[in-house]
Amino acid sequence: MKTYQVDENGFYGAFGGAFIPEMLYPNVEELRNCYLEIMADPGFSEEFHHLLRDYVGRPTPLYFAGRLSERFGCRIYLKREDLCHTGAHKVNNTIGQILLARRLGKKRIIAETGAGQHGVATATVCALMGLPCVVYMGEVDIARQAPNVARMKLLGAEVRPARSGSRTLKDATNEAIRDWINNPEDTHYIIGSVVGPHPYPDMVARFQAVISEEIGAQLLEKEGRDAPDYLIACVGGGSNAAGAYYHYLDREEVGIIAVEAAGKGVHTGESAATSALGRVGIIHGSKTLLMQTADGQITEPYSISAGLDYPGIGPMHAHLYASGRGEFHSITDAEAMEAGRRLAALEGIIPAIETSHAFAVLEKRPFGPQDVVVINLSGRGDKDLQTYIDYFNL
Amino acid sequence: MANQTTTRGTDRIKGALGKEGPLLSIYFTAGYPALEDTLPVLRRLQESGVDMIEIGLPFSDPLADGPTIQESSTAALKNGMTTARLFEQLKGVRREIHVPLILMGYFNPVLQYGVEAFCKQCAETGIDGLILPDLPLEIYQREYREILERYGLKMIFLITPQTSQARIRQIDDASDAFIYMVSSASTTGAREGFDPAQQEYFRRIAAMDLKNPRIVGFGISNAHTFGQATAHAKGAIIGSAFIRELSAHGVAAIPSFIKKIRP
Ligand SMILES: Cc1ncc(COP(=O)(O)O)c(C=O)c1O
Repeated sequence: MKTYQVDENGFYGAFGGAFIPEMLYPNVEELRNCYLEIMADPGFSEEFHHLLRDYVGRPTPLYFAGRLSERFGCRIYLKREDLCHTGAHKVNNTIGQILLARRLGKKRIIAETGAGQHGVATATVCALMGLPCVVYMGEVDIARQAPNVARMKLLGAEVRPARSGSRTLKDATNEAIRDWINNPEDTHYIIGSVVGPHPYPDMVARFQAVISEEIGAQLLEKEGRDAPDYLIACVGGGSNAAGAYYHYLDREEVGIIAVEAAGKGVHTGESAATSALGRVGIIHGSKTLLMQTADGQITEPYSISAGLDYPGIGPMHAHLYASGRGEFHSITDAEAMEAGRRLAALEGIIPAIETSHAFAVLEKRPFGPQDVVVINLSGRGDKDLQTYIDYFNL
Repeated sequence: MANQTTTRGTDRIKGALGKEGPLLSIYFTAGYPALEDTLPVLRRLQESGVDMIEIGLPFSDPLADGPTIQESSTAALKNGMTTARLFEQLKGVRREIHVPLILMGYFNPVLQYGVEAFCKQCAETGIDGLILPDLPLEIYQREYREILERYGLKMIFLITPQTSQARIRQIDDASDAFIYMVSSASTTGAREGFDPAQQEYFRRIAAMDLKNPRIVGFGISNAHTFGQATAHAKGAIIGSAFIRELSAHGVAAIPSFIKKIRP
């Protein structure tokens, strides 16, 4: 059967794999050898789901957005990942990975973060488990996501600024990988999206797959069917999207819509629209679509939202794009900001600016009146208040 | 043509490895400190008597490198260094440089140049081998070994203190020049000395009786660390310490730096 899932070598079609220096090999190999077994263990699964329920607050609601539906002439449901503890989907993955790290006997946790959501989610689970936590964050992002920096510190994590390159998410990821190279025995690296060397993209997608599992059950209850016509999610590295799509990847009757950040415009040179601008390349150990120069130097992306400011996308998404399975859109800063304001005004929900990009697709593309459209509301906008204030002169 | 290059390449690396005494290899970043310094650096290194040279192809995201090589790479890219430019600079290099030359870089720029086109250029230039830390053994063997062999290029693999015995044997089998032995669990960067655990690792690998000689890299900075590393290996590679010297004192100071390592 044709599948959009990962194959046994860690590839999604032509994308993925583990292009890592030998220094990382033992750690990545250890993960590759045991992640499926650990995740399949009933004790692990029970602990994971227990924490998702009692600590994270799952299942998150699938909310029928009446006014938004009326405005756009279709049946729109919002998957409320913004209601997760810590304010975004990121915590689904960090809960999974911290439990896994504990089973591997690791004593120290590192992570990278862009918007700070993954950093906060990692710092949170480290506090929960009593493990020391170092979060790498680009200097530029430290400045534009100040509330999340403060939250990480309050949670007991050390936030280390990444000062190389564009001083954003890609550079924070480089620094985290360097830390892992220097601490090969006691440290687990909790990657925050479906990026990095195999098995990370698949492992993170499986932890996030709780999103699509719940969507299926909730839709069945509300609509009498277990699948929507369309699923919409924003893509930075692509973890919230991977989670929303997961159980529907191989059901081709379900339309998959991925939304990237166009920044100031796809062709302005200040953009993070990877599928539109990227070519096949290697970033952070994964072969994927990548924004780069003709010479193979990785270029510095731009987006108003720190969480989408990444020059690559996860290999699953590169394959969805290349195979035509996914429909990809790029949304500018301005379109996203307007879409965020519209959601606040129509539904009383202030989304994270990353998430606002997904909502802007409603302006770009018509849906039929009978279409059931699920938008993954990946996070809440509290962390972005200053950006909203500056942008709209509030 | 390709056959002839094969023989020559093999001869140069094997020749250097076959010489008496510890082998000294120097790594530097192409196009650093100034874009046109690549050849002057090569000339000075040869005059100073180094046995092998690794030319670093700068990359925007060198994730196995510490701050010194990161900064030299950023500077080289700012200077305008590219893969095509480097091959341009190295045209005719074999008329004057006779030590083995190894290109070291990350895989993405090679992939963009085209692996086959890259290897062809290397063969025509007189490059003897490649070190691409983020191209793992399995993918190399599955997809690229045949191409490198066709152009007579040696692929050099890394091992670290964490590499298992079984994998070291596998890497030894796949290698036909030398094994690059990373001195510790770390990114590149100069150090003052090796601790007992590292020296134990040097001895442990020496006792494995591998078919390929080993050259130690990462953390070698002076005569002391060079001596420690080569007590149990054929040679050692100096990178960050050399680059720091270059940025502080320029190309003219190369001979005195090399003399301090190996009088
Ligand atoms: C709310 C929110 N949505 C989306 C993203 C983008 O990440 P991903 O594409 O992995 O879901 C982030 C990243 O920080 C985020 O905070």
